[in-house]
Amino acid sequence: MKTWIAFWGIVRKDMTAYYLKPPNVSWGLLFPLAWTGMFFIRSGQGIHSLLSVLPGMIALSILFGTSSMLAVAVTFEKKAKAFDRLLLSPIPLVLLMLAKTSGAILFGMFNALVPVLLGFWFADLSGADWRMVVPAVLLMAVVSTYLSLLLAILATEVFEVQTLSNFVRFPMIFLCGLFFPVTALPGFLQPVSFMLPLTYGVDILHAAIHGEQLLPSALDFAALAGFCLLLFVLCLRSINRHWIG
Amino acid sequence: MAGPAIRASGLEKRFGDVRAVQGIDIEVSEGELFGFLGPNGAGKTTTMSMLTGLSRPDAGSIVIGGIDCSRNPKAAQHLTGVVSDESNLYPELSGFDNLCFSGALYGMRREARRRRASELLDMFGLGEASSRKFSGYSKGMKRRLVIAAAIMHRPPLLFLDEPTSGIDVESSRMIRQLLSLLHREGVTIFLTTHFIGEAERLCDRIAFIAGGRIVRTDTVERLLQPVQGRHVLTVSLSGGCTVPLGDLERAFPGLDFYLPAPDELRVESGEPLKAGSLVRFLEERGVEVEEARKRVLSLEDVFVEITGIGAGSMLKEKERGRRQ
Repeated sequence: MKTWIAFWGIVRKDMTAYYLKPPNVSWGLLFPLAWTGMFFIRSGQGIHSLLSVLPGMIALSILFGTSSMLAVAVTFEKKAKAFDRLLLSPIPLVLLMLAKTSGAILFGMFNALVPVLLGFWFADLSGADWRMVVPAVLLMAVVSTYLSLLLAILATEVFEVQTLSNFVRFPMIFLCGLFFPVTALPGFLQPVSFMLPLTYGVDILHAAIHGEQLLPSALDFAALAGFCLLLFVLCLRSINRHWIG
Repeated sequence: MAGPAIRASGLEKRFGDVRAVQGIDIEVSEGELFGFLGPNGAGKTTTMSMLTGLSRPDAGSIVIGGIDCSRNPKAAQHLTGVVSDESNLYPELSGFDNLCFSGALYGMRREARRRRASELLDMFGLGEASSRKFSGYSKGMKRRLVIAAAIMHRPPLLFLDEPTSGIDVESSRMIRQLLSLLHREGVTIFLTTHFIGEAERLCDRIAFIAGGRIVRTDTVERLLQPVQGRHVLTVSLSGGCTVPLGDLERAFPGLDFYLPAPDELRVESGEPLKAGSLVRFLEERGVEVEEARKRVLSLEDVFVEITGIGAGSMLKEKERGRRQ
């Protein structure tokens, strides 16, 4: 019970101090809105094309929603030694990591809602399979969050983590099948795509929203869950090694 | 707690080629106020990090309140409160919210945290600033709130790293009073500082650390015994001392003369010293005296003698601390 009080304390504090701040909320709304609008107009194929753009937009919103604040917040807290307060408290490291990342996961999922609501407004989403969309969004938020945490552990300065994040996030926009299929990439790049977790999440979304699919959904879910577990373990080991040296 | 509050033996820690801590043994009894003294870079913070669970020792064992923490640094963290050398609370949260958050980290329920936070804010003279953001606090107020946060969950063992470094006199005094109060209430306190006077006033026992090793651990009384009642006169000379020490000893029997530096004459005695006659004696023999300063020997002199580290370097650190 006591550790859960600590868990909720950390989640609530992060929500208050970071995620629910007006600049962050407005960014979380405007960023997906602007990108969805931009890709929709650029596609130039009328209102029906929104469905093919939507999976990429959801993925993009999750990726930036989870990684933008968490990495900076953790690096900042570590540098100001505020993170030491968490490491000094009697919370098991696993629970501490879950608490610290929950805010980012929730925020990423909230970001994903924006293009989904736009989709509801402008397109026909009656054929979408939400039983696949919801768990895919959750797993994508988890995987992006832990990827972002891993970068935060490796960096010591806020500008370092921002640079690292950009090197990871922007290539993923092009390599993970967000706006054009992975099969359209040059042959030598396709294996790289399958080494990135977002590829599997985007494939599930494409399948669930407009029926186009590269891999069986079960394989996509298994790969995504595997990446979540791998990144979680890597983060845990890195924290143990770098921060409790 | 069962047995000593802290028992650490053979602690070692390396950072690359640097051996930051080399075989440290510490035993602190329950209810004791233990001082850990040394210059910057001596290994104080590294030792404290190992004792509090922020870092793992490369060798040695740590038992906190009867719990072996050598393998699991988090095993005894529910028993400890830690005041870092930096004011590491959350700038965006108010003083009250920061304290409540600290309480939550130790599993305190909402009502209990709110009650305790209000009580501590009043106790630390921060009641009026409770709703103000931490970023708006002065340095002294920040230090006080950091200490309040560390004792939110009423830990039986409190670690403090340089709690009064770089803050105003009033806040320092208040912190010292609060530490004395906590000590009287039975809290075991592990205090690292490079302010020797502070340690002398507050601590039951002191360990001197230099170069990653503990060079002496004893009670303040025993450490002070060799210099008890000794008086010192330090005479600064502009052109060196041209009078032989033998002449001085014959002219002033009962006084001990030393030349620690070419332009400094040090005189020691068991009796209070009078500077006038000595200065006149030197000036009559062509020695130019710049300044003569009298003082009673203190723990600082004991520290210098034991560690071989000049008081100058400690003073420089004090100055640096004040400027911060």
